[in-house]
Amino acid sequence: MVFFLIFVSAIFVNNVVLSQFLGICPFLGVSKKIDTAMGMGAAVTFVLVLATIITYLLQLLLNKFGLGFLQTILFILVIAALVQMIEIILKKISPSLYQALGVFLPLITTNCCILGVAIMVANGTYKLPAGAEPNLLYGTWYAFCTAIGFALALVLFAGIREQLEMSDTPKAMKGTPIALLTAGLLAMAFMGFSGVV
Amino acid sequence: MANKALKTLTNGLLKENPTLVLVLGMCPTLATTSSALNGMSMGLATTFVLLCSNVVISLLKNLIPDKVRIPAFIVVIATFVTIVQLCMQAYLPALYDSLGLFIPLIVVNCIVLGRAEAFAAKNNAGLSALDGLGMGLGFTCSLTVLGAIRELLGTGKIFDFSIFPDSYGMLIFVLAPGAFIALAYVMAIVNKLKSK
Repeated sequence: MVFFLIFVSAIFVNNVVLSQFLGICPFLGVSKKIDTAMGMGAAVTFVLVLATIITYLLQLLLNKFGLGFLQTILFILVIAALVQMIEIILKKISPSLYQALGVFLPLITTNCCILGVAIMVANGTYKLPAGAEPNLLYGTWYAFCTAIGFALALVLFAGIREQLEMSDTPKAMKGTPIALLTAGLLAMAFMGFSGVV
Repeated sequence: MANKALKTLTNGLLKENPTLVLVLGMCPTLATTSSALNGMSMGLATTFVLLCSNVVISLLKNLIPDKVRIPAFIVVIATFVTIVQLCMQAYLPALYDSLGLFIPLIVVNCIVLGRAEAFAAKNNAGLSALDGLGMGLGFTCSLTVLGAIRELLGTGKIFDFSIFPDSYGMLIFVLAPGAFIALAYVMAIVNKLKSK
């Protein structure tokens, strides 16, 4: 039951892009085509789950030695190294997967949704259903669901933007402003889910 | 020389305003502008990090091998972010709670790394400091303006100072969709002014 509640909460109620404002840059940047949006979504899912598990375990080490203040520096370096490593391994093991995700991987290091979720899970400040204690299993599941929510928002938005290309918008609104306005309407639609969990 | 320094300083404020013109650092822009005060504090915290990291990176630019420059820049930036984070936690706990996650996330703000790479790695410390200050203040200005607009439309106040009567309130502007919509219109107005 807890897993289902986290699933609904992370994807719909507290969508990472539309209500927590994490990962806006790729959301606006790589959402012009549905194909690229799906590739980005898959790459983020892959990296986010791995990064969350590793940083959670590192946080235990930091806590043990009383080095909590090193959290930010350590996490960002680990994430940057992890992304590099995944890139090298993918290239070697599965060239086809690398072809699909390769271009997005370098962009992911500076995607704030990775560092943001890693910090939230490590500190145990993410939204859990009442009565559940944060642990590694819930944290990993939360990271996975968050990434799915990110991919969902990205694909939905890309679909709308493909249509938007053809419509006649005022000159001053072209490009980013109209995209932000669309995102606002999408956020309003997602607000309808609030109170479900 | 004085002319070039002035140009560097005002570049970030107007011509290359990081949020409204270059469209960088969107996450904190949208997330922390629920009130003018929050927007301004976030802007100032980022300005401090930008200024310090720009100076340090431009001083170290000849010592850092080209191949590892990005990780090296990130370490410098993360150090200053940690300083801001710890100071804010100690002296301004209420503000720290309301900005929350977005303080450590200054590390992944594209503006900071972008300026390190595009400006500080090529110029001397003095000019880099001015560039960091200009960019930071440009960021602070746009965040404060956006925060003020959202606070005014959402609750009828600016910096907690009542402008409209208490019965007024369009809560949507304080919530998530309002952030996107307010920023969209501010950007459209800037575009309109620029094209004239």
